[in-house]
Amino acid sequence: MITIFIPTPLRRFAAEQAKVNVNAKNVAEAIRSLTSIHPSLTPYIYDEAELIRKHVRIYLGEDDIREKDGINTLLKEGDELSIIPAIAGGSF
Amino acid sequence: MRQTLEEIKFSKEELERYSRHLIIPEFNIEGQKRLKHARVLVVGTGGLGAPLLLYLTAAGVGTIGIVDFDIVDYSNLQRQVLFTTADVGRPKVEAARERLSALNPYVQFEVFNTRLDSTNALDIISQFDIVADGTDNFPTRYLVNDACVLAGKVNVFASIFRFEGQASVFNYLYADGSRGPNYRDLFPTPPPPGLVPSCAEGGVIGVLPGILGSLQANEVIKVVSGVGEPLAGRFFQFDAAEFKTRIFKISKDPENPLTGQNPTQTELIDYEFFCGIDLTHTTMHNAESNGQLSVTALNDWIKSGKDFQLIDVREPYEFEIANIGGTLIPKGEILKHLEKIDPHKDVAFLCRSGKRSQDVIDLLQMEYGLKNLFNIAGGILAWADEIDHGMAKY
Repeated sequence: MITIFIPTPLRRFAAEQAKVNVNAKNVAEAIRSLTSIHPSLTPYIYDEAELIRKHVRIYLGEDDIREKDGINTLLKEGDELSIIPAIAGGSF
Repeated sequence: MRQTLEEIKFSKEELERYSRHLIIPEFNIEGQKRLKHARVLVVGTGGLGAPLLLYLTAAGVGTIGIVDFDIVDYSNLQRQVLFTTADVGRPKVEAARERLSALNPYVQFEVFNTRLDSTNALDIISQFDIVADGTDNFPTRYLVNDACVLAGKVNVFASIFRFEGQASVFNYLYADGSRGPNYRDLFPTPPPPGLVPSCAEGGVIGVLPGILGSLQANEVIKVVSGVGEPLAGRFFQFDAAEFKTRIFKISKDPENPLTGQNPTQTELIDYEFFCGIDLTHTTMHNAESNGQLSVTALNDWIKSGKDFQLIDVREPYEFEIANIGGTLIPKGEILKHLEKIDPHKDVAFLCRSGKRSQDVIDLLQMEYGLKNLFNIAGGILAWADEIDHGMAKY
């Protein structure tokens, strides 16, 4: 079981859940499982080319997956993923 | 002439004022001298800027620069604790200077009553040793980051949204002369417009900027005094809803356009454009030009009894705060209610500031080819400013 932590700005697209458990072998599978459980999250995580958006970082534990094998980073039982979107506060 | 660190002296009153710093063994009078010698620029006097400025002033930073273009508004007072009700309507930098000078007369303030932009950022930032970014939008975030990298300044960062807080120390100068990661290493590009609601649309819990701004002030004091381990190369996340804190590592991005392996950017750019924001939508005030309808023209439509449809695309809780009637269809639900839009009439779309309503119009025009759509420029805020002064602004 892999735990994915949902940041507060995205919880309304994930039935207000703070975390979602999935079964997955790598990061790509984990995020796909997440967006299949909560499809409303999809546009907030993937861009039109189905790549992880550049203002969204994915961490395995405290490490950016970019420093590992990106979305191909292998996961093991009990791993924790965090999704971190850029936030700016205030108004445009 | 700026005093050297060795020339810094304290009066009896100052020694008493700062005594709780002076008796911390690691901090002592050396740390206090570094604070007094320092020139710190605080960008933004909002929710983050308020605690930042209050604590940096109380702590005895020698010179504090304050940049903001805004005036104090009633909707600021829920979190911007630097201001009082009597300050509503005053320029924020003036109200801030008055309050802060009363708190600590030993601090010099240099205020810039202007919007930080690509034409003035390097000039202003270069005058200071360290920058604390308390701004509230993506274009200014990237502007402050890039200007700090280009000018070689440490950027103490915090950001908030609803119940989410983030903080880091960017472009930190290590003892070996190397620099820590910056904002573009973390988030290379901003979200596309419309994907992340702003606080003006999304709200923020009032005490959250107080928490993050205080953490920012602590990091500024640490960087200036050299005490402790700053939050450089690391990223702090605070979930105020669940009370969870996490710290992540930030690595350098080889593709960073400023500091990557092949830097392509050597000067400031157009940050509104970079963030995909077309200001022509919201600055257009000519009646009915380019699909933009001024609030004055809208008022004329209403008074003349013109047969048109008014659609308010805000959220129901916003509608409750202030409305001018019309059909309420929140932006996110517009496609589910296409049948409510009358194709035979002129349709005027209203939101808070004129941005969401323009997004809706762009969508309806591009995807559905709808015509005769008008964006109410400036939204209900403009209506409150220009037509109905009794209406609450939020």
